[in-house]
Amino acid sequence: MKEDPGFYDYWAYQNRPKIEWPNGAKVAFWVAPNIEFYELNPPDNPQRKPWPQAAPAVGGYSIRDYGNRVGHMRQMQVLEKYGVRGSISLSTALCDHHPEIIELCKERNWEFFSHGIYNTRYTYGMSEQQERDMIRDSMETIYKHTGQKCAGYLAPALSHSELTLDLFAEVGSELFGEEGGIYTCDLFHDDQPTPIHLRSGKKFVSIPYSLEMNDTIAYVVNKIEPRRYGQNIKDNFDRLYQEGADSGTIMCIPTHNYQVSCPHRLKAFEEALDYITSHDDVWVTTGREIAEYFLENYYDVALADIAAKKGGAA
Amino acid sequence: MSLDKAYLEYPERSYGMDHDRYDWSMLTDRKPVEWPKGNKLALWVNVGLQFFPLNQQGKPFKVPGGMTMPYPDLRHFSLRDYGNRVGIYRFLKAFDRYGVSPTFAVNSRLAERTPYLMEVLKERGDEILCHGEHMDALHYGGQDKTEEAAQIERALDSLRSLTGQSIRGWISPAKSESANTPDLLAAHGIEYFCDWVNDDMPYGFRTAAGELIAMPLSTELEDFFVIQNNGHSEDSWVEQVCDACDFLLAEARDQGGRILALNIHPWLLGQPHRIARLEKALDYITSQEGVWSAGAGEILDCWKGQQ
Repeated sequence: MKEDPGFYDYWAYQNRPKIEWPNGAKVAFWVAPNIEFYELNPPDNPQRKPWPQAAPAVGGYSIRDYGNRVGHMRQMQVLEKYGVRGSISLSTALCDHHPEIIELCKERNWEFFSHGIYNTRYTYGMSEQQERDMIRDSMETIYKHTGQKCAGYLAPALSHSELTLDLFAEVGSELFGEEGGIYTCDLFHDDQPTPIHLRSGKKFVSIPYSLEMNDTIAYVVNKIEPRRYGQNIKDNFDRLYQEGADSGTIMCIPTHNYQVSCPHRLKAFEEALDYITSHDDVWVTTGREIAEYFLENYYDVALADIAAKKGGAA
Repeated sequence: MSLDKAYLEYPERSYGMDHDRYDWSMLTDRKPVEWPKGNKLALWVNVGLQFFPLNQQGKPFKVPGGMTMPYPDLRHFSLRDYGNRVGIYRFLKAFDRYGVSPTFAVNSRLAERTPYLMEVLKERGDEILCHGEHMDALHYGGQDKTEEAAQIERALDSLRSLTGQSIRGWISPAKSESANTPDLLAAHGIEYFCDWVNDDMPYGFRTAAGELIAMPLSTELEDFFVIQNNGHSEDSWVEQVCDACDFLLAEARDQGGRILALNIHPWLLGQPHRIARLEKALDYITSQEGVWSAGAGEILDCWKGQQ
């Protein structure tokens, strides 16, 4: 085990090369709906229990199923109303289980990226080959069902190995060349994109996905009220919009259709979306578009700036 | 280091669910439902009348809301009992004031211990459903099937005889089940159960003894979850309930009848400092156009008649 994963260097949030988003936008805003499938009877993992009790975990399983049966359509309609195309963090087995949802999102030109096969299969304990196989399966599944060359990754249930990012980037190149496997959502260290060190040397970037704006973190871990969640989103946006005048920032709202789409919560989310999209200088976009734009325009500049500051602030 | 080969095999990875209890179905793909008299939103107020034994065994877990202190935990025992002595009578007044037809989810041990309360409920004539034997009589994965069958039989026999009602509905204590629970419930004459929170409308659930209907009783909006588990204020609970009411009413206008299910507990909302918040929520909901307050079985019958 390491003291630090070594994916990125320290890079102070001041005096960085200025990022300019398309059309002079101050904030690149994206919403990442997690569309997940949890199994009723998943196999045991040696390091993490999928459910707190012996099967059937009726409460945990059924509320997640609610998301797909009831919540997805509600969230999709609200996002559509405000002109947001979702960037889906997908349990790719859902392509087999619930193809209707995949079809609806495809029709709307949403992005699909990999969130593993099931959210009840963890990376912990996998050999390098097993993790590579799992990632490849997930990316091939997205391609087969949507025709999209998967660009991004959020490890299933945020379960990682030391090699997760390397393997994702490598499989992406093997399958799709430069278009596949270019960004990760697994790191929460910044409000702007960061070049990531990989063993292959591939150009690869971390796109801020925000654990703090994640509805499950808000509702289940922090247990906050729906209106407070809505206010947190607006406050988060206000500051990023203000700072984005100096150099473009990124705001992401990661959602779950079983949290944000409950009848007592959707209003607060909708008000926050309305607030954000009513501002002029917002680039309403997707994870892939941000990653591609950064790699194309700022990746090399960022690397040079990081290298120049490595010795100190001078 | 590696995991067993089976960890990367996915035997249930195919169309629909990963089990055969019910069919995969998106709510928006279903036939719209109409409630009586052109109403849009069925209000199902479900009142938990619960007995938490002082000598809690906690098998296989301590029931949420149960005893937490070393024996004898008088504070939690008596505070829960408060609901059945005091809080429930505040609830009944509030229901009558706002014209609400509640459904009572009763532990059979409580019915045995409180004949006066049972007389009051029988006199009112509202529906009573079975909430298991008591709050420490849990149903759970790995439970012996014979033992569970006897537990269900005791609870239903007792409640049927004490209430004179047929007892069509069931909520497991803590909504916890074994893999056999739905089969055993159907075999014992239960028509609907409320443990699965995966829908906002009723749906069919397969069992070895024929079909059960799963009724949608939200956990996320219940008083215990919002006020005690999440620590939200009473005012926030009212706000969340009213937001849910507004949302479901609007959705019902486009997509057909919806159900607003409020699961509430007299030991919690029946306290003097909280009862006004329940009244405020009921006042708001019942003053909306298109709201129909009904018992769970009545809502189920209306839904069933249109399938």
